[in-house]
Amino acid sequence: MNAAVLQPVEQALTQKIQVKDLNFYYGKFQALKNINLDIPDRKVTAFIGPSGCGKSTLLRTFNRMYALYPNQEAKGEILLDGENILGPGQDLNRLRAKVGMVFQKPTPFPMSIHDNIAFGVRLYESLSPREMDERVEWALRKAALWDEVKGKLRQSGTSLSGGQQQRLCIARAIAVRPEVLLLDEPASALDPISTGRIEELVHELKADYTIVIVTHNMQQAARVSDYTAYMYLGDLVEFGVTDEVFIKPKKKETEDYITGRFG
Amino acid sequence: MGTEHLSKQYDNDLETLRSGVLQMGGLVEAQIRGAIDAFAHGNQDLIDQVIANEARVNEYEVRIDDDCSHIIVKRQPAASDLRLIMAISKTVTDLERIGDEAQKIARMSRQIHERGHADLHRFATVRHAADIALSMLRQALDAFARLDAADAASIIRQDVAIDTEFRSILRQLITFMMEDPRTISTALEIVWIAKAIERIGDHAKNIAEDVIYIVKGTDVRHTAVEVVEREALG
Repeated sequence: MNAAVLQPVEQALTQKIQVKDLNFYYGKFQALKNINLDIPDRKVTAFIGPSGCGKSTLLRTFNRMYALYPNQEAKGEILLDGENILGPGQDLNRLRAKVGMVFQKPTPFPMSIHDNIAFGVRLYESLSPREMDERVEWALRKAALWDEVKGKLRQSGTSLSGGQQQRLCIARAIAVRPEVLLLDEPASALDPISTGRIEELVHELKADYTIVIVTHNMQQAARVSDYTAYMYLGDLVEFGVTDEVFIKPKKKETEDYITGRFG
Repeated sequence: MGTEHLSKQYDNDLETLRSGVLQMGGLVEAQIRGAIDAFAHGNQDLIDQVIANEARVNEYEVRIDDDCSHIIVKRQPAASDLRLIMAISKTVTDLERIGDEAQKIARMSRQIHERGHADLHRFATVRHAADIALSMLRQALDAFARLDAADAASIIRQDVAIDTEFRSILRQLITFMMEDPRTISTALEIVWIAKAIERIGDHAKNIAEDVIYIVKGTDVRHTAVEVVEREALG
């Protein structure tokens, strides 16, 4: 649908991820159609759209999460700081350290809160026990969880509440010091207070990270994101500054979706 | 707009809101007509009626604003729905102020007729300015009903005509006052009436600007007429 690159109106933004002519296939089914999109650095970009529109698929291409599954194929280019991550010879472990991901359901490992965070760090760095403790504290503080868990770091991560578990997962993703954080409906299983904490966290984290969030909750997209992309049936319909998309969308399809006229 | 929401109730709520604005607009139009007739003929019943009806105008404003709050809290409107509700909330404020101006004209008319300066009160220029203001309001309400941005833009140009009329009335009244100082009290009251009519034109213009905001999403307040027309027609 959109051959030209859709860019946010504001200029002078550094583009962290540049998607060029991206097509994605689940076997024979084409889930993404010729997507062109630039994700700005240290901003929050939201993907919205009805189920099956391709927003999660697009998110999962950014760290090649799809490569875990057979018959899934991405064609085109995704440049992370100018380097094509779809190219041959891409070190997937290194890529996923740079591009962290948090899923809809909290997925703490069945180990202590401390080890949940240390686990990933050990894969990439060899830290002394003192350095590791510092890293764990740093990540938990960043994820706004430290004050709630500092006295029970040796307890199991699964003993925490749903909202705390999700923040633990965010802390785990941050601990390896990624550059991009992908959030796939991070608050959809949480109560409003936990959701509010996650949204507040997203707001704070964007000072250091490029954040891409997939959400079914349009109000959440309006609240947390700087830029919003509306997708439908594998096409990128509209991409722009969030406030403009929600007040004065350019395309009728976007208008119909965000005003609840989609049938 | 145009296509329906998934929620029928949402469509109904918005429709109720829109028709409420139009009913309020109709009442306000009748208020101006009544006030201007009262000015021309000094009909005491008419004056009382205009003054009494002001309370109904106020009720509309409060009720419609309250309905807006309910829709916002229930639906979290976006895009054109959001713009419609924002604009309606402003439009009812303008309509209520027009109602105040009509009441003001009625009160002044009572004083003029009680004093009895028959020559001045049939002041044709005032009537002419009032006709322009009424037609602006009617057209603004039509543009609102049909969500017609081009029509709304044409109203904004008419506001200039009312301003010109107001200045002309002022010049004539100054002449009267210089010729016969006994007319000063009445002439000053007519100045207030002319000023009220000029304000009605301003409020009608605001409503027209609200319509352009709903349809085009562009805030054209405090911009040149040419810019407004470009936005509305573009």
